[in-house]
Amino acid sequence: MTRDRYDAIVIGSGHNGLTNACYLARAGLSVLVVERNDYIGGAAVSRELQPGWTYTNCSYVCSLLRPEIIRDLELSKYGLQVIPYGGGATLMRSGDSFSAYTDHYAYRRELARHSAKDADAYERYSVDVMRQCRFIRPLLLRMPPDPTSFKPRDLGELLFLGKRFWDLGERDMCETLRFWTLSIADYLDQYFESDVVKAHLAGSGIIGTALGPYSPGTAYVLLHHYMGEVDGSAGSWGFSRGGMGAITRAMTRSLEASGGEVLTGSGVDRVLVEEGRAAGVVLANGNVHRARTVISGMDVKRTFLEAMEAQDLPGEFLDQVRRFKIRGSSGKLNIALDGLPEFPQIDSDSAVQYGEKHFTETMEDLERAYDDWKAGTWSRWPYVDMLIPSQFDPTVAPPGKHMMTAFIQYAPPTLKSGEPWDGPAREAFGKTVIDQIATFSPNFKDLIVHAEVRSPWDLEQEVGLTEGNIFQGELTFDQLLFNRPVPGYAQYRTPVPGLYLCGSSAHPGGGVMGAPGANAAREVLRDLRAPQTVREMGR
Amino acid sequence: MSSSFDAVVIGAGHNGLVAGTYLAKAGRKVLVLEACGSPGGAAASEEIAPGYQVPTYAHLLFNLDPVVVRDLRLERHGLRYAKGAMATAALDRDGRHLIIGEGLEGLGGRGIAATDLSAWSDMSARLRRFAVTLAAFLAKTPPRLGSGGWDENRTLLELGWKIRRLGRDDMREFLRVVLSNVADLVEDELEDPLLQAAIAFDAVLGGWTGPRSPGTVLPLLYRLTGDSAGLPAARRLPQGGVGALTQAMAGALREAGGSLRCDARVARVRVEGDRATGVVLEDGETIAAGSVLSSIDPKRAFLELIGPHHLDAEFAQRANQIRMKGATAKLNLALSAPPLFSGLDTTQQAERLLIAPSIDDMEVAFNALKYGELPQTPPMEIVVPSLADPSIAPDGGHVLSAVVQYVPFAVKGGWDAVREDFQTSLIAQLEAYAPGLKDSVVAAQLLTPADIEERLGTSGGHWHHGELAADQMLMLRPFQGAAQYATPIDGFYLCGAGAHPGGDLMGTAGRNAARRVLRREGTT
Repeated sequence: MTRDRYDAIVIGSGHNGLTNACYLARAGLSVLVVERNDYIGGAAVSRELQPGWTYTNCSYVCSLLRPEIIRDLELSKYGLQVIPYGGGATLMRSGDSFSAYTDHYAYRRELARHSAKDADAYERYSVDVMRQCRFIRPLLLRMPPDPTSFKPRDLGELLFLGKRFWDLGERDMCETLRFWTLSIADYLDQYFESDVVKAHLAGSGIIGTALGPYSPGTAYVLLHHYMGEVDGSAGSWGFSRGGMGAITRAMTRSLEASGGEVLTGSGVDRVLVEEGRAAGVVLANGNVHRARTVISGMDVKRTFLEAMEAQDLPGEFLDQVRRFKIRGSSGKLNIALDGLPEFPQIDSDSAVQYGEKHFTETMEDLERAYDDWKAGTWSRWPYVDMLIPSQFDPTVAPPGKHMMTAFIQYAPPTLKSGEPWDGPAREAFGKTVIDQIATFSPNFKDLIVHAEVRSPWDLEQEVGLTEGNIFQGELTFDQLLFNRPVPGYAQYRTPVPGLYLCGSSAHPGGGVMGAPGANAAREVLRDLRAPQTVREMGR
Repeated sequence: MSSSFDAVVIGAGHNGLVAGTYLAKAGRKVLVLEACGSPGGAAASEEIAPGYQVPTYAHLLFNLDPVVVRDLRLERHGLRYAKGAMATAALDRDGRHLIIGEGLEGLGGRGIAATDLSAWSDMSARLRRFAVTLAAFLAKTPPRLGSGGWDENRTLLELGWKIRRLGRDDMREFLRVVLSNVADLVEDELEDPLLQAAIAFDAVLGGWTGPRSPGTVLPLLYRLTGDSAGLPAARRLPQGGVGALTQAMAGALREAGGSLRCDARVARVRVEGDRATGVVLEDGETIAAGSVLSSIDPKRAFLELIGPHHLDAEFAQRANQIRMKGATAKLNLALSAPPLFSGLDTTQQAERLLIAPSIDDMEVAFNALKYGELPQTPPMEIVVPSLADPSIAPDGGHVLSAVVQYVPFAVKGGWDAVREDFQTSLIAQLEAYAPGLKDSVVAAQLLTPADIEERLGTSGGHWHHGELAADQMLMLRPFQGAAQYATPIDGFYLCGAGAHPGGDLMGTAGRNAARRVLRREGTT
């Protein structure tokens, strides 16, 4: 039963929208979450598209979700279980492979098999990257300061940031400046000589990003994928049991336990603005729900350019929103399998049979994949991040059957050829990926029961992410920290009082992290002078 | 023979000569050593056919430090300008060229949409304001982070204060674009592809980056600092060729009492107890010196002249990892007739000409570079200096100089196999804009990054002695620990383009380094 007036309405039931709603509900606010689709989840979603198989069709692995959020929202109690997985391999056309084991000594031996120097360098590399992770982690659950402001809180946050930086000492301050500006290729060149080792590690620098590994700024993107943890194990990744949708399901249960409501099948037509402030939402079905506080989990372009009237917003602000870079560059294949595909290049009992697989063995492979994207088509030899979650989680496929998820970098949101995605192009794209995997797995094609191919265009249609960008905006410096989403509006507030952003378009950006949702809730509660339920990290 | 000097400078390029002259003027006994037969380094001219003097490498004075010109009285030593305040003509295949006034002032030529004109005027003014903010730091020693020294912290605070003084809107925009890519910057505001590419060209010239590479706005702002610092003309053509600049500097050095020795290649720096005590030449001669300044690239300076055994392992590794993959070649042509670029009037022919039709074309050329392949139609910066300065070519003859962007250092298959075809394709590319040019070629000289490494000794043949990018600028140039001109080897200094503020014919690095040496000695 919905009421006609709420304290707060959250647009979108993705992980950030729900995180935000949970914190608000825990502060005693009456909260309504409106979701366009008939199911919850946004891009942390799992659905049965083939009877018996659970498709986790967007985000597919879990690491970034902040442990503070898991604890605060009691997500474990509400059913969230993250199963860590380890390792991975890059399969090479020569028949060789590079296996990244979770076991330290096995990994070292494998590195040494490719280059003795790289085995030594890996120790330095892990220490250096971990140091960068430690530096950035406390900034995630904080509001970015406005460097142009003289307000005490902004100065305080600037000081916090400055002091953390200064405390690194001269050497590491310089290393940090370099890390934030280097390309992943140049960064890895400082440590490694073997091309396959570099290509294996570089993948994390380009996932979801419309840049190649030679583009400056991609070292940071790697960090963005390393700064998470599973059960306290830093940098680890895991599967959410039951698929990524289990995260948003647990959040929904947590929300409902605090008295919040979720309304599916309720797309927002527009945000209601009255006398210059947010007053509620008008749904596509014509229903109006009123609240003095509206928090949008949609990306910044969709929020301001589609769900609002231009007259309600300053022109300069709209210009900045228009030039926000939200470039779709990733696709996804979800494949129901009759059995387990074999990868004979790796021993059948190797631990990395359970890890992720890649088939791009040189930096040039990765960069050429990006060149194709620049030219307006999908990569002819894409970077694929392939996993079979059913190896760990028996709930996602019938007994003896398997579920494969393959993330693909790069595919453009619109094809230069003018062809629509919704037709033969999508099939050809899917075939490119399936052929690539089949090159290394002889029985793969025969096992395919059903394959779902998702281009950036499909992601936009279904999840509502502009251009299908999985991070709700590029993770380049011009769109990070106080620049995200636009300078002057990086503190979750917008030019319209009562309207907030809580999606990945806001600091600290994309990934199933929940931090933007939590940070936005903190700011809402401050403005409402309500009890504070969101702690700041590092305090 | 053995001799002793207060300071020995390695390399008689513009920065080496500037550093040497400042020291000599301060009363030091100075010797500048040059491996080649004449001074000049990358600012040199050479005769490629009887009577044809081409600017071998650099072909324009760009952001030449006005303080250096004044202090060294270069004009008294013969520096004259054949042409100042050079405009840029961005060439269009159909003859609808675009003319951009110097320092991004004024826009003419092809029909530019009114929206572009006003967007351009806003944008160029804004970029100049940003450049002014940076300009003040070119002449400073980069601060050390976290050292606690008052001077260093003051420089940092000043930089912060300068950025704040831009005002709220400008400061926000500055912090947004400063590490961003130039393609987004121009595509967000401008429509005309030729105009977009002309601006992008300056952001990537000499570098291993495409217009879409993040971080390309910063070098563009750097290039604009000369205009913004109130220089009468940032781009100028010296009378008698680019070599005339270093000739004038050599004159200033002599007048100040310094000596210059050519054909004297330094084999190594003599290091005793972590202190540089002189240099040893290739023929074994030892020259003792209180200070040794190196204007050669820092990678070679540390790894070859000093030697890794004198350096901390991490320091040596940093030197080895300086990013300096050359991406720029040079084509020099001796022509029997003036090249006629269709659609340009007589004055415009003598300006700086650009071939860069669009951002996408540049990006495609950059793609080839990434894999060690040759670009089909590389972007070029062309000057015909003999139009303004007939002294450098025989009667009726002309000299054309083109900087060719996105040429790999190591080309797949080796340079020997492809050099001739590549040269022919470059001339054909020029011919498309200047019909008849091909038949007037008397002599041609193509210098690939590999040639430049061999001739000038610069690692990778990199024009700027190290990529000009955020990770190698200011206190990170060339790398942490060597960014304040002084080095861990007492008495050994960097004074070339590999040090702050970097490449182009500025002379500022040489000036800053000399000041540092004098201060280090306790006198100013």
